[in-house]
Amino acid sequence: MSALLEVAELSVTYRAEGGDVNALRGVSLMAEAGEVIGIVGESGCGKSTLAAALIALLETNATVGTGEVRLNGRDILSLPEAERRKLRGHDIAMISQDPMTAFSPVLTMGDQIVDFQQHSGLSRAARRARAADMLRKVGIADAEICLRRYPHELSGGMRQRVAVAAALMANPALLVADEPTTALDVTMEAQIIHMLRSLRTEINGAIVIVTHHLGVIGELCDRVYVMYAGQVVEEAPVDDLYHAPRHPYTQALIACDPGALGAGQGVLPTIPGRPPDLTAPPPGCGFAPRCPLADGTCHSKPPPRVRVSAQQTALCHKVVS
Amino acid sequence: MLGYSIKRVALALLILVVVMLGMFAMVYVIPGDPASIALGPRATPELKALLIQRMGLDQSLPNQIWHFFRAAATGDLGIDVWSKRPVLDVILEVFPKTLLLGAVSLCWAVVLGIGLGCLAVIWRGTFIDRLLGVLSVSMIAVPSFVIALYSLLIFAVWLGWLPAIGAGQSGDWGSQARALILPSFAIGVSWVGYIARLVRASMLEVMGANHIRTARAFGLPETVVVLKYALRIAIVPTIAIIAIGAGSILSSAVFVETVFSRPGIGTLITGAVEKRNYPVVMGTVLFMTAFYLFVVTAADLLIARLDPRVRDVLRG
Repeated sequence: MSALLEVAELSVTYRAEGGDVNALRGVSLMAEAGEVIGIVGESGCGKSTLAAALIALLETNATVGTGEVRLNGRDILSLPEAERRKLRGHDIAMISQDPMTAFSPVLTMGDQIVDFQQHSGLSRAARRARAADMLRKVGIADAEICLRRYPHELSGGMRQRVAVAAALMANPALLVADEPTTALDVTMEAQIIHMLRSLRTEINGAIVIVTHHLGVIGELCDRVYVMYAGQVVEEAPVDDLYHAPRHPYTQALIACDPGALGAGQGVLPTIPGRPPDLTAPPPGCGFAPRCPLADGTCHSKPPPRVRVSAQQTALCHKVVS
Repeated sequence: MLGYSIKRVALALLILVVVMLGMFAMVYVIPGDPASIALGPRATPELKALLIQRMGLDQSLPNQIWHFFRAAATGDLGIDVWSKRPVLDVILEVFPKTLLLGAVSLCWAVVLGIGLGCLAVIWRGTFIDRLLGVLSVSMIAVPSFVIALYSLLIFAVWLGWLPAIGAGQSGDWGSQARALILPSFAIGVSWVGYIARLVRASMLEVMGANHIRTARAFGLPETVVVLKYALRIAIVPTIAIIAIGAGSILSSAVFVETVFSRPGIGTLITGAVEKRNYPVVMGTVLFMTAFYLFVVTAADLLIARLDPRVRDVLRG
């Protein structure tokens, strides 16, 4: 029995003027129905490309080198575009990064949400009624008024609630939230996280949350994949990740989380250096130039995936099982 | 929307009133009194006095302004000094010809402009895109009467494919249509460049926008994405430029109608200026101002209809 979502050795390359960018370099992950997984990493680590691949909506200059994204056993990336379009908004739904720009500024919220349910086969009036019900569920009291509004007439938090409602209405097998709270201020972020937590049970499928924010991961996820330079460097249940991180990058990332800064520590630690240039990925470990433990092998040979426990792995020469 | 519409129309009327006051002042600034210009050097003082009285020039200034506005509001733009016919009749007789010329020119501009703009989007970054860019800028840079003269030389004189002058025989639609091709192209071509550049820029911007991605992420068909979600936004700046273009196209018509000896507002106004036929000059300018304001106001209202953010900014 295969998992609901399985990503197997996925490599994605962007054609670009300064040389091709290897955005994803053999990423594997899986998610079961009812599970919430987190994908965390800094900017440019490939997590947005992964999110795009999960909803089968890669940019036109992206090419899939190797690997598959299997949803219910079907490789969604090898399907023709017409088939992929039928999956999107039905089996797969997305909550976009930026609620400010996620909706068309010249159409009302109602018009757009009704359009987004086009796979449902219902009449426009029925879709509108359904939308109003769902808006109430995500905490918008004046649902009818909200549907008549244009995006610029709503606050950022409201728009993100509408975005969540639109995604939930698809009742998807896979819900991908790409940085769902990044563009919001802290109080809004807390509200949206609270709402997502309470709605977890409403969703029958798997939820993938892509973020650079460790706090969001801790609040919402069951398991976490840490990405660095286009690879998954560590995979762990959320508690193990916080309490027993094994990969040096994960350890550094957790040390840098402002939320974990203890009393008396005046200076927030940072990771020196910068991620490698993905137009020419290094032959060895991508993190080696910034890693305090790195030696000659780390720079020259690709690191092995070491299984630490039944559910935890790390991509590192220095980790022993 | 209603409040905004009233505001826009009121603004247009205000501009019209200012233009009328300006024109009224011009009659005072021009040396010599209008009566002797109208009657010529050999007029008797009695005749002059009669005309001054008939034109209301012996009345007080506020009175004159009041009469001028009241007459204009009822469509009375005075009497043509030469033909002795009402100016409005003279204008309305030739205006449809200019309107037709302008409309066909605008069709050239819109069809070719949007077409070339979309081609540039499809082949963006390639040689064709850059070629279209150079072509568009050249079309913007060359004045319409230069294009008029060269197209006249090439297609009418050398090749003999199309008639050189006139508006075609009355009653013969084919001949009238063929007479329209060169002048309308000469006027429209510079706007092809503007519109192509604008459509390219705004389509590229919109297609890369986040909400287009959202629409695709919910599996909307590409035709709906392009026509309902992209073009509706990309067309807004194009409508604004087309409305401005309508004014510029009418003023280009003044040159181009002269080059092609076509009857129309352009030939009417140049003829009237040469003959110092002031009632016709003033009437024509006023008429064209009103028409231009009508077009621009209509475009503003259409843009507000299409883009809710515009009406909110203007309401707030």
